[in-house]
Amino acid sequence: MTLNGWLQIALFMAAVLLLAKPMGSYMTAVFERRKTVLDVVLSPCERLLYRVTGVNPSEEMPWTQYAVAMLVFSAATLLLTYVVERLQHVLPLNPQHLPGVEPALAFNTAISFTTNTNWQSYVPETTMSYLSQMLGLATHNFWSAAVGLALAIAFVRGIARREMKTLGNFWVDLTRGTLWVLLPISVVFALVLVSQGVVQNFKAYDTVKLVEPQTITGADGKPTTITTQTIAQGPVASQEAIKMLGTNGGGFFNGNSAHPFENPTPLSNFLQMLSIFLIPAGLCVTLGQMVGSPKHGWAVLAAMVVLWFAGTLTTFWAESQGNPALHTVDAAVSQTASREQAGGNMEGKEVRFGIANSALFATVTTDASCGAVNGMHDSFTPLGGMVPMVNILLGEVAFGGVGAGLYGMLVFVVMAVFIAGLMVGRTPEYLGKKIEAFDVQMAMLYLLIFPLLILGFAAVTVLLPNLGLSSLANHGPHGLSEIVYAYTSATGNNGSAFAGLNANTHWYNDSLAAAMFFGRFMMVVPMLSIAGNLASKKIAPATAGTFPVTTPLFTVLLTGVILIVGALTFFPVLSLGPVLEHLLMHAGQLF
Amino acid sequence: MSSQTQRRSLFDAKIMRRASVDALAKLSPRVMMKNPVMFVVELGSVLTTVLLVLNLATHHGHFRFDLQITLWLWFTVLFANFAEAMAEGRGKAQADALRLAKSETTAYVLRGGKVEEVPSSQLRKDDLVRVTASQMIPGDGEVTEGVASVDESAITGESAPVIREAGGDRSAVTGGTRVLSDVLTIRITSNPGETFLDRMIALVEGAERQKTPNEIALNILLAGLTIIFLLAVVTLQPFALYSGAPQTVFVLISLLVCLIPTTIGGLLSAIGIAGMDRLVQHNVLATSGRAVEAAGDVNTLLLDKTGTITIGNRQAAEFVPAPGISAAELADASQLSSLSDETPEGRSIVVLAKERYNLRGRELGSLNAEFIPFSANTRMSGIEVEGRSIRKGAVDAIANYLQQFGNPMPNEVRSSVEDISHKGGTPLVVAENGRAMGVIYLKDVVKGGMKERFDQLRAMGIRTVMITGDNPLTAAAIAREAGVDDFLAEAKPKDKMDLIKREQAEGKLVAMTGDGTNDAPALAQADVGVAMNSGTQAAKEAGNMVDLDSNPTKLIEIVGIGKQLLMTRGALTTFSISNDVAKYFAIIPAMFAGVFPVLNALNIMHLHNAESAVLSAVIFNALIIVGLIPLALRGVGYKPMSAAALLQRNLLVYGLGGIVVPFVGIKLLDMLLVTLHLA
Repeated sequence: MTLNGWLQIALFMAAVLLLAKPMGSYMTAVFERRKTVLDVVLSPCERLLYRVTGVNPSEEMPWTQYAVAMLVFSAATLLLTYVVERLQHVLPLNPQHLPGVEPALAFNTAISFTTNTNWQSYVPETTMSYLSQMLGLATHNFWSAAVGLALAIAFVRGIARREMKTLGNFWVDLTRGTLWVLLPISVVFALVLVSQGVVQNFKAYDTVKLVEPQTITGADGKPTTITTQTIAQGPVASQEAIKMLGTNGGGFFNGNSAHPFENPTPLSNFLQMLSIFLIPAGLCVTLGQMVGSPKHGWAVLAAMVVLWFAGTLTTFWAESQGNPALHTVDAAVSQTASREQAGGNMEGKEVRFGIANSALFATVTTDASCGAVNGMHDSFTPLGGMVPMVNILLGEVAFGGVGAGLYGMLVFVVMAVFIAGLMVGRTPEYLGKKIEAFDVQMAMLYLLIFPLLILGFAAVTVLLPNLGLSSLANHGPHGLSEIVYAYTSATGNNGSAFAGLNANTHWYNDSLAAAMFFGRFMMVVPMLSIAGNLASKKIAPATAGTFPVTTPLFTVLLTGVILIVGALTFFPVLSLGPVLEHLLMHAGQLF
Repeated sequence: MSSQTQRRSLFDAKIMRRASVDALAKLSPRVMMKNPVMFVVELGSVLTTVLLVLNLATHHGHFRFDLQITLWLWFTVLFANFAEAMAEGRGKAQADALRLAKSETTAYVLRGGKVEEVPSSQLRKDDLVRVTASQMIPGDGEVTEGVASVDESAITGESAPVIREAGGDRSAVTGGTRVLSDVLTIRITSNPGETFLDRMIALVEGAERQKTPNEIALNILLAGLTIIFLLAVVTLQPFALYSGAPQTVFVLISLLVCLIPTTIGGLLSAIGIAGMDRLVQHNVLATSGRAVEAAGDVNTLLLDKTGTITIGNRQAAEFVPAPGISAAELADASQLSSLSDETPEGRSIVVLAKERYNLRGRELGSLNAEFIPFSANTRMSGIEVEGRSIRKGAVDAIANYLQQFGNPMPNEVRSSVEDISHKGGTPLVVAENGRAMGVIYLKDVVKGGMKERFDQLRAMGIRTVMITGDNPLTAAAIAREAGVDDFLAEAKPKDKMDLIKREQAEGKLVAMTGDGTNDAPALAQADVGVAMNSGTQAAKEAGNMVDLDSNPTKLIEIVGIGKQLLMTRGALTTFSISNDVAKYFAIIPAMFAGVFPVLNALNIMHLHNAESAVLSAVIFNALIIVGLIPLALRGVGYKPMSAAALLQRNLLVYGLGGIVVPFVGIKLLDMLLVTLHLA
């Protein structure tokens, strides 16, 4: 754990916190339809869109209509992606002449990108044409993020409004989120990425001569000498920006953000991490402003920072320790950080990022539901790899996905307020809204679906030797981690892979698609119903007898509830997975 | 009505015996279904029992361990049932005590032109009773004949006697009030057994208790947690199989029962019943548990000035003489006129004269005096003695009296009267032989300790509003002295109603007390309406609580009881969930350390062996229910303080405490089990 590493982590969080207020205030203005600097350019576009689509922007929707509009939109765009993938061989922008995508894979991928998961069961550069990447996938990077943003704003309105039946207009929130928030930042960010060396072209792949030819043994046992390498190309920068900003995480290349064309420099790495947290952090400020309690927004953000820091600290520490087995194998192997080397466990990590930035990236991408990776989580130490998994298992509420993080967090807030609210001797209320049986019921449903999908699918999978276990690259506790991580990532709409698991099989493609689909939409509906119910309630004025949701004590409470609920649900499986692996590693057994 | 608060030992032997039997009766699945958490435990117990028998027949399993687990699972269910039965038993005992506490007076019933003496409890509807001066009115009724001044201070707290007469809206009288002058004939309006009190007793006893809204919400939360833990345990077996360490059903069910929130699940209904019971111990009856919960949420308390904030009776504080009269002369006249005046005000005048001017009470018999009692017509009282004709009364009444002598009321006296009014007092003018002597300043005395209580309420975020019929100046003076946040002066019933509606429109919950028929609409509108037992039938019907002591200050305690009820639920829920941390650290290593000895690193309590660890956790889980019964019945300690301070304290005690206590408890049980060779 080098000083340099600490400084970079501190610099990162300082930047996130500095940007939270301007970003949040801007989003408040956008969604409250107040004046912004970009109105000159964007307002005409917005009006044109409404005229073409026949949307009445002043129409308000009750939660049911809002949910239906969101589901219809998601279904339509899911279909579009599926069709584009299947037909990519007859569509333009396919210089490599890649064939149409297999049905199971196309279906899995369409669901994956519609749900903001970006789980990739395929190798992009050998599977997807440029058109599929841009029209099929990058569009979803915008839409699924805008949908998340709209849902979060709808929830916040539910808290802020009093005695109203409606939560806003889904189409307006979707349009404004895309035009005002996601597009402008993505354009600027893409240009910055290009300046760092991220490619942006429609060329066919390059073939280059290897400086040092490689001899490998093929499947038939004959050695082959390789002298050339194919370098994949494409419109990367434009997709990379929204991949991070929209917490999507689906790489243009298989190497994702470890690939030098996606994430070439430490600066691009820093900006990529920053852009993951930009909107989720800003949304906390938006929450505070829209409900009229800015301090509450900061208290929620503080809980996110605490969870983020605990995770980063653990991973940074675990990865800096290195692998104890190496000490016993060869005393000469040094894992200490020095001028010459990063030290620690560098397996599966990029040298240009080192321990601190790999640990930080892994934490950030799983705190948020991004799922981009700049290193192999599978190669992390057991505890270092457990942190990304735990981050997702906690519901990705520390910052979380664009929108999804905030509304997930707010469901936890409802639970925290319910339990703790009782302890101050009042029937629980959140910002003046009474939390009653219906709200608790829906919040419990929201919290239940998550372990149901993860534990349910993982338990079934470990009982299937042919369908489930045959895909494993490793056995023992590490294998268990690989399976649990896959369903966790899918259900949590994260999309990062622990790797080490061949998920491009019928069982995994279908079951993971189901996990992604239900993990998004089955949780959104109860969440929206809470918002709709809250909006219709009266607001009781805050007094000294009201449970304060603006204090450090509230932050501690909220963090505690998230940790305890998460830990109590997943402690058994974690203890058989990463915890056991960690203990066995120190006993000299590796997997 | 007795005002003694019934205190009962928490572990009354009789109640405990009855509860033990009830606990077994409650094992019926139909009863258990209502409590999802404990129902799961019961199902688990049945399953282990069946398995135990099967294992015995097939010589499988570890009989000693399996038997102990099964027994303790049954105990867990029984302990929870016992807690509920204890709370119910205490409620029933309380109702019995209430029945005994009903007061008896003698009624003089007119039957066929004759007067019969009948105990008040045997009065029937439409009986006619005659009540003469200084007698207690035996029951609620309507005046059919006569005009009289009635002291209703026992009900209303208003010290000034009120006029009750046949016909019109001043015809209703309430039991327990006293006729001061004249004679009334009253028609009784309710049968025995149909009184408000009788119906309330039936409610307290009623076995069919409706769950309150908050209780329902909490039950949903607990059921949800139970399902989540069920998921965690059911899926653990496949993971255990994958890891090559399958578990027995006994251990899995033990883990499940330890994780689901049995502590709060087992005590939840006991907490609710005990909350009602605590109210009853304060001699307050609630029509529903919902009202008790609402009491905890109250934002605004409407308090009647008289009897609540001030002592019901005014006291003489000063003699303000008219020009040319000395204070001693005024005191002398005042004392003479009050010697036979048995009202608290009259007595306070005699006392003040004695204290200030050393005027001793004179022998009445020797004076050959004629007393003029207060009458509703003249609105004056006085004395004729040794040629002195002394009268005292309100300024208007005395002004009329002076006019008979052709004397005007001196301006100085009028201005003293105004002064006193402004200061929040009641002026009583004294005249002797047709000449104004001066004014007695009757002061409203603010009850001791009220300011502190209002400060506490303010810290809890509750605003107090004083309601009074006084003019705004007087009201302001008393409000300032008492330390209330706001006041409503010259309040008519409609103003009270409007105030409640205004507060409610702002999302606030309002509590008030009331007694009169004209309070009924406001009592019904308020979220917590506490009717005085001595109040009118209409008031009692309208409110959702009745205070048997008819003590308006009780409202403050009612709020406390409501808060305590909710706090107890929150505290035990937090405690219950926090407990799970330690249980994991006991059971998970016990489950898997056999196959993976490295997992003993998680056995941070150093429990002796796998069996002792699982058993200790299960036993702790069962015993903690019993251990917390007193807390559930008594409620968590509650002192008025701000929500932030309360939360901090309770999180520390029940959150952090909930994490630490089971570590200690499980370790001790483990040591005990090993010592006793039970594991």
